[in-house]
Amino acid sequence: MSTPQLTRPKQPLFSRLPVISHLKKSVGLQRGMLVVGVVLSGIFLLTSIFAPLLAPYGYSQLSDASGSFPTQEAPGGKHLLGTTVGGYDVLSRVIWGSQTAVTVIIVSVAMSLFLGVVLGLLSGYFGGWLDRILVVVADAIYAFPTLLLAIVISIVISRGQSSFWGGIFSCAFSITVVFVPQYFRVIRAETIRLKAEPFVESAKVLGASSARIIGRHIFKNATRTLPLMFTLNASEAILTLAGLGFLGFGIEPTSAAEWGFDLNKALADTSSGIWWTGVFPGIAIVLTVLGLTLVGESINDLNDPRIRGRKRAGRTPAPGTPAGPESPANPAEAGKS
Amino acid sequence: MTTLIEVPEAEPGIVAPKSKSAAGGGLGRYIVIRFFLIIPTVFILVTLVFFLMRVIGDPITASQGGRLPPDVLAQRIHDAGYDRPVLVQYFEYLGQLITGNFGTTITDRRPVVEVLTTFGAATLELSINALIVALAVGIPFGLIAAQHRDKTPDALLRFFAILCYATPVFFSGLLLKLTFSVWLGWFPVAGRASTRTELTMSALAAPTGIYWLDALRSGNFTALGDIASHAVLPAIALGLLTAGVFLRLVRTNVIGTLGKDYIEAGRSRGVSEFRLVTKHAYKPALIPIITVMGLQIALMLGGAILTETTFEWKGLGYQLVQYLNARDFVAVQGIVVLLAIIVAVTNFIVDIIAALIDPRVRY
Repeated sequence: MSTPQLTRPKQPLFSRLPVISHLKKSVGLQRGMLVVGVVLSGIFLLTSIFAPLLAPYGYSQLSDASGSFPTQEAPGGKHLLGTTVGGYDVLSRVIWGSQTAVTVIIVSVAMSLFLGVVLGLLSGYFGGWLDRILVVVADAIYAFPTLLLAIVISIVISRGQSSFWGGIFSCAFSITVVFVPQYFRVIRAETIRLKAEPFVESAKVLGASSARIIGRHIFKNATRTLPLMFTLNASEAILTLAGLGFLGFGIEPTSAAEWGFDLNKALADTSSGIWWTGVFPGIAIVLTVLGLTLVGESINDLNDPRIRGRKRAGRTPAPGTPAGPESPANPAEAGKS
Repeated sequence: MTTLIEVPEAEPGIVAPKSKSAAGGGLGRYIVIRFFLIIPTVFILVTLVFFLMRVIGDPITASQGGRLPPDVLAQRIHDAGYDRPVLVQYFEYLGQLITGNFGTTITDRRPVVEVLTTFGAATLELSINALIVALAVGIPFGLIAAQHRDKTPDALLRFFAILCYATPVFFSGLLLKLTFSVWLGWFPVAGRASTRTELTMSALAAPTGIYWLDALRSGNFTALGDIASHAVLPAIALGLLTAGVFLRLVRTNVIGTLGKDYIEAGRSRGVSEFRLVTKHAYKPALIPIITVMGLQIALMLGGAILTETTFEWKGLGYQLVQYLNARDFVAVQGIVVLLAIIVAVTNFIVDIIAALIDPRVRY
C-alpha cells in the first residue's frame, strides 16, 4: 500500500469560495436550507441591482401621463400591489426598498468589518491597557439594546430627518456602532488563540515585525469566521434599518423607499382593513432576512463538524481522512455526538 | 464554625473540605466582582450617551428652537446651565445621577424618574407576558425538535425559529392586528385596556401599575378579562421574537445532554424515550437558558419599544418615541440611561442566579 495522502489537494479558487464550498459539503436538509437561502438572497440582490428596470414607477412618483395615482387603491389593474394613502405605488416602493437595504448593508458591514477587525487584531495581539479598555467598552455597548443605541446615533447624525445619503449613512453608522463590538470580540478571541500558535512564535524568532505578523499570519487565520458573521449581520442590519424607519428615523419617502417607513405609515391603515400597504413591505423584509439568515445558519452548521450532516461513507472517499479500518466508524461517531 | 466542621471531616481527605470552602468563598467573591463590573458598564454608557447627545447642541434649542423668541431661548438656556463648558455639565450630570436625579423633561416638565415609575410598569407587564409566551412556545417546541432530530418536525421547527427571528415585531404585530382584530374581531386593535378599565385602574388605591395584578388584587374580574384580551396580541408579537431563540437553545442543549452517558444508562434500564427527553435531558439543558435570558432582556427592551408603538401600549418605549418626536432630548437621554442601568442590573442578577444554579459558571 502506498502512503495515504494526508492533505486535501488544493481546489480551484471558485470551489473554495465560502458559500460554494459549503454547498459542496452539504447534504440533505442542510443543503436544502442553504439553497433556499442562496436563492432568496440572490433574488434580493438582483432586485436591488435591476430596480430601475423592474419597478413600474419611481419610488416617489405620484402621477403618470394619465393623471395622479389613486390613493389606497386595492391591488390589481395598473397598480399590481395597490397604492398607499399618499398615492405611492406599493410594488415600486417594495422593489426600490431593496436598493436602500443593500446600500445600508454594504456601507454598514464594510465600516464595522474594517473597524472591528483592526481593533480586534491590535487589541488581541498587543494586549495590555488598550485591550482592557477596549474590552470593557465593547462589552458595555454589546449589553445595550441595539435599537436604543441606533436611535441615539441617528439623532446625532441626522437629527431624525434626512436626505438619501444622509439617511443611508446615519442608519449605516448606527448599525456600525452596534456591530463593531461583535466583530471586535470574535477577532480578538481568535487573535489571542493564534498568538500562542507555534507559527507565530517562529515568525517572531525569524525577526518578523509585529505589523507583518498581524497582517500576514494572524489576519488570514483570524478572519475565517467572517463570511458567517457577514450574513448574520446583514440580516440584523436590515432589521435595525427597518426598526429605525418604523420609529420615524429612516429616510424620507421622497429621497428613497424604505420598508420600515412604509410599515409605519401602513399601521394606521390596518384598522380600516387596508392590508396591502403593510403586508408587502413586511413580506419583503421577512424574505430578505430569512434568506440571509438561512445562508448564515447553514454556513455555521457546516463549519461545525459536530453538527454537520455527513455523506454516507461509501459514496465519498473522504480525502481528509486516511483510508483505513477506522474510516467507516467516523460518520457513525459524527452522527452520535 | 468552619474549624468545628472541618475537624470530623479531616479523615476522608484534605481535599474535600478545602474545595468546599473555596466554592463558598468563590461565590461571595464572584458576586462582589460581578457587582463592581456593573459600574464601568453603566459609566461608559452614560458618558457615551451624554457626549453624543451634546454633540448636536443644547437640548432646549433642539426642542424649542424656532418656537420661542431668541432672547427667551437664551434666557432658558442660561437658566438650565447649558451655556457652561460641557465638562462642567458632564460632572454635574454624573453627580445628579448618583443622587438619583435623571433630569426633568423639557416638553412636559416632569422628572424622568416619575416618567419611569408611571410607564415602567406597563413595559414590565408587556415583557412578563411576552416572556411567558416565549417560554411556553420555545421550551416544548425545542424538546420536540430535539427528540426528532434531523427529521421533518425538527426541520419545520427550526424553520419556524428562523422565521420568528426574521419577522420584525412590528410586522408580526401588524399581521396579528389585521387577522385577529380587524378581520376576526376577536381582540381589540390597540391599547392596554378599554377606557373604562383604565379609569377603574387609576382610581385604585396604591396601584402597582401592572394591570392584571391590580385587577386580581381588587377582585375585578370583568376588568381582568378586558386586560387579558388587550394583552394577547402584543404578548404574542413580542414573545415570538424570543421564542425562536429559546427553541433553538433548548434544542441544542437537549441534543447535547442526550448524548451523555447517564442518558445511555437510563435508556439501557428501559426508561422510555419520552421520559428521557422530558425528565433526564431537559433539566440540565435549562441552565444555559437562564444565562441567555440575560442577553434576551436587551433584545426584549428593543422589541418592546417597537411593540409598544405598534399596539399603542403606553409604556416606556411608547413614551420614548413620543419624546423623540417632540425632540425632547433630556427625556430621551434620561430614559436611555435608565434603561442602560436596568439592563446592567438585570444582567447582574441573571449571572448570579446562573452561578447559584451551576457552580461551573463562577470564576
